[in-house]
Amino acid sequence: MGQNPGTLAAYRAAALERGVPLSAVFLEEEAAHSGRGPQDLERVMRERIRVMRQSAARGLGNPQMSRSGLIRGGAHRMAAWMDGGNALLGPAFSRLVATALAVAEVNACMGRIVAAPTAGACGVLPAALFTVADERGRDEDDLVRAFFTAGGIGLVIERLASLSGAEGGCQAEVGSASAMAAGGLVELLGGSPVQVDHAVAFALANVLGLVCDPVKGLVEVPCVYRNTMGAANAVAAAELALAGVESAFDADQVIETMGKIGRRIPEEFRETARGGLAALPSPVCDSCRGGCGGA
Amino acid sequence: MGIFDIIGPVMVGPSSSHTAGAVRIGQFGRLLLGEEPGKADIGLHGSFAATGEGHGTPLALLAGLLGMDPDDEGIPAAEEIARERGLAFAFEEADLGEVHPNSVRLRLRGEEAALDLCASSVGGGRIRVWSLDGFEVDLEGVYPTLLLSYPDRPGVLAMVTTILSNAGMNIATIKAHRDSRGGQALMTVELDHTPGAGVINALRHLPNMEQIRFVPRLGFGG
Repeated sequence: MGQNPGTLAAYRAAALERGVPLSAVFLEEEAAHSGRGPQDLERVMRERIRVMRQSAARGLGNPQMSRSGLIRGGAHRMAAWMDGGNALLGPAFSRLVATALAVAEVNACMGRIVAAPTAGACGVLPAALFTVADERGRDEDDLVRAFFTAGGIGLVIERLASLSGAEGGCQAEVGSASAMAAGGLVELLGGSPVQVDHAVAFALANVLGLVCDPVKGLVEVPCVYRNTMGAANAVAAAELALAGVESAFDADQVIETMGKIGRRIPEEFRETARGGLAALPSPVCDSCRGGCGGA
Repeated sequence: MGIFDIIGPVMVGPSSSHTAGAVRIGQFGRLLLGEEPGKADIGLHGSFAATGEGHGTPLALLAGLLGMDPDDEGIPAAEEIARERGLAFAFEEADLGEVHPNSVRLRLRGEEAALDLCASSVGGGRIRVWSLDGFEVDLEGVYPTLLLSYPDRPGVLAMVTTILSNAGMNIATIKAHRDSRGGQALMTVELDHTPGAGVINALRHLPNMEQIRFVPRLGFGG
């Protein structure tokens, strides 16, 4: 109703008008765009989810060690901490953090992952959606729908702003993943398309301005830890929206703002590894690849 | 762009441009060579040289040369696999000029064929091949691609498009390049569909046609 096509407002209006969840609108559009049937698309999404689960299990089960020495099995350590009954907020929150780290570490260490929306932000969606689905007893079909919603939100962000750290900083990568996950979570838990919009707006607004400053130019530090933040932020945003708290701005407005900020972020904070944490003295020496413990 | 470009691709990390794109450049080189490469001299430019090691870019390029896809879990072991399969490889830093920071020069040799190509990984695993055997080209590997080498003469373009048109093949892009007037020419044709053996055979029998190479559409994993 007057909304520009391709905006979240337009998809939200279409979903409300027909009384269907956002995932149905996104799935239908994808079927039309790709010429593939909905069942075929759902099968592909199930396969993507299966790969994500494999990445998570690998990172939790085996310490991931990167070639640079910057990553040394953080998720595995986190899993042991959690299993030792140390969780600060109960096991679910620790599992959320550990899963995000696990998938991101597997990526850093040349393991197989699903870029979602990018390789550098690949831990956010599996952590948020799998952990909450397990916690709240949602099944695989619910998850598939939530991932279509998350993917559709990602397409909107790609159209209105950017998903690339080189273009928009980390707000465009982990920030976008967090917003996609927040929206997916709301649908997973039966929230309305309007609540999805609020969740996306909250999640992205929380990370506006976040820079991309990869140490040594690698997708390792601080990237893998920012994935844990993205997952936690997604849950917080979804919870706010589901509780009925309303964002002051539409998701589209926040997304466009993220794009505008991204274009004004100086180049040294856009994946060039020349600013921020990347400008600090190297935390590991090249010769021992971290064996010296960073001394 | 669709939802599976957002929730995807399935790939071996850590970076779509430094790893997935590098695999695809290697794949393109292998397919263009048309046989198992026996020797590869690889010149890494810019960011590929500076941060390539930590991103596994050399492994990714080798993996592509060995025929692996971007989601192949054998990528980290590409050096050992290359040695087992008798692919002699050497890496060096290269200055390819004012080009994309993620660029590479591949000089490949097989039993019969050889080639020299330059390509860039331009983001999200997408690639652009911009030089082939000294000719300026512009190929992305997203279409089935024909490469025709012949001496520069009038009418070749018309004969090629006639054969493709008669076979019902739609052309996405077509470009002809030559080193000098009446000299050596290279035509690149990106098609919407894969040409059959009959089409390639008809092109091969055109007068003065020296070489026809074909690169199928590159996969993207998962």
